[in-house]
Amino acid sequence: MDHPLARIWDEFRENRVAVAALVVVIMIALVALLAPLIAPQNPYDLAKLVLMDARRPPGYVGSNGYMHILGTDAQGRDLFSAILYGLRISIEIGVLAGMVALTFGALLGTSAAYFGGRTEAFIMRIVDLQLSFPAILLALMLSALLGKGMTQLVAALVTAQYAYFARTAHGAASVERHKDYVEAALSTPLPAYIVVFRHILPNCLPPLIVVATVQIANSISLEATLSFLGLGLPPTEPSLGMLIANGFQYMMSGRYWISIYPGIALIVLIVAINLVGDQVRDQLNPRLKR
Amino acid sequence: MLGFIIQRLLQAFTVMMVISFLVFLGVYAIGNPIDVLISPDADQRIRELVIRQYGLDLPLWQQYLGFLTRLVTGDFGRSFVFNMPVLDLILSRLPATLELTLAAVLGATLLGVPLGMYAGYRPDGLASRLIMGLSILGFSVPTFWVGLVLILTFAVALGWLPAGGRGDTALLFGVPWSFLTLDGLNHLFLPALNLSLFKLALMIRLARAGTREVMLTDTVRFARAAGESEWTILSRHVLRLIAIPLVTVFGLEFSSTLAFAVVTETIFSWPGIGKLIIDSIASLDRPVMVAYLMLVAFLFIMINFLVDIAYAALDPRMRVRRA
Repeated sequence: MDHPLARIWDEFRENRVAVAALVVVIMIALVALLAPLIAPQNPYDLAKLVLMDARRPPGYVGSNGYMHILGTDAQGRDLFSAILYGLRISIEIGVLAGMVALTFGALLGTSAAYFGGRTEAFIMRIVDLQLSFPAILLALMLSALLGKGMTQLVAALVTAQYAYFARTAHGAASVERHKDYVEAALSTPLPAYIVVFRHILPNCLPPLIVVATVQIANSISLEATLSFLGLGLPPTEPSLGMLIANGFQYMMSGRYWISIYPGIALIVLIVAINLVGDQVRDQLNPRLKR
Repeated sequence: MLGFIIQRLLQAFTVMMVISFLVFLGVYAIGNPIDVLISPDADQRIRELVIRQYGLDLPLWQQYLGFLTRLVTGDFGRSFVFNMPVLDLILSRLPATLELTLAAVLGATLLGVPLGMYAGYRPDGLASRLIMGLSILGFSVPTFWVGLVLILTFAVALGWLPAGGRGDTALLFGVPWSFLTLDGLNHLFLPALNLSLFKLALMIRLARAGTREVMLTDTVRFARAAGESEWTILSRHVLRLIAIPLVTVFGLEFSSTLAFAVVTETIFSWPGIGKLIIDSIASLDRPVMVAYLMLVAFLFIMINFLVDIAYAALDPRMRVRRA
């Protein structure tokens, strides 16, 4: 009954804001997943775009016969559909980058803690060095050097973020490394990698999960920023950042909706993820318990 | 203390060497150095001349030495786009960025620390919840989007403040600054506000977390038992105890703000190094990219060094342990 996950969930339930945020995250993820079924238009199908319908305000009924509830962008895309597909791309990239960075960082951090000595000092030195450079700068430089595309973008995001996971994993793993159960496991004929993966790593997971939540939100925000600066994905499949960038030039003439609505979608998503992450972090911080 | 400073200086020097090596590898060994040094429209004669002049026909280790020598003498080549020495170009744009960054970081600290301390002192009050809600929003909302909304509200809809540029500048030490004129301040306000929001949220969070932890310690209990007023406890004891992480973050955030200025400068067409690097990436002006990388790395390492020294000055334990 007293499973650790159940305990975490019981405490989590008490914060109504966090529960509401979790519901919002799940709903956005579902809507993004089902975008092709919900969206009235496929925004990537250039043949379906009608230039006559470009830059229309919210509520305009287009030549296709349905209402553009959030208006249209400069190519005549239905903004509501574009936002749903954009969310899909943003979440996809955020989760992918977050997971790869988590795997790589956790592996690096735990092996540093396991080997100790020079190896540990060397790995952590590099991680610390990288942490002193802001993620945005690394991502900016890498995407400038690597060029445009999904793989390059994810590579840039992972490079900018794996160090956070490595440090967290290292911190948690070096505590576990010297506990008796690890020493006991190591004194059996079990191979070392089993001890690391089956004994040390699972006990490092809670702090890593917290970092992962925050880092996924950060990846999404970073991706949007890079796309806004013109260093993200190619413009044929606009992510939320690209939609906002495309609308920027029309904002001065009062056509606010092209930039503002994708922005609101982006913010609701990031705020909700951060609220969930905050609550979990507070719960796992032993220093806040008396 | 002197030993500590020397040790840190050596360390900073090592890091700088490592970074110069990585940049050299990235641009010279993996990329094509000819692209970095010669404009694509140069003719064959100039190409060969430059290849000889920069020793691109030499073995790699000699090239690296040459690269280092040029770095030390401040020779970063010429910008293809602006056709002037890169160092002069960057130095002419640097004051605008420094001014913007300083305004943002100072504003965020002076406002964020008191707000955060209050929120940590009364964590359940209505005002504290409001402050924290604000900080989560500031933390989550991407900088570039806030910039758009600021422009939309204050420049387009209300027409109170200008949407871009530096405005009038005045000379100080032979360098133009915006904060010395009224028009310049008008132009500085929105970008600085935009850039500071993220740091403000961060400062609030750190100050709140620190204050919450310190308020539970015996220091505060004894100070209360000694009959000190709550104000004295907060300003004399709590502030001092949470100062160390705050100073670290102030330093580190100064450098990350310098990096984030890229976004704000692009939106507000603020003519600093951030806008310069985005334009250079777009136009493939590689000498500027290399110089920017090295310069920002240098600035970061200097700032980290100063933060370490400040840390040691604030916390005597650091000196003993490391030196």
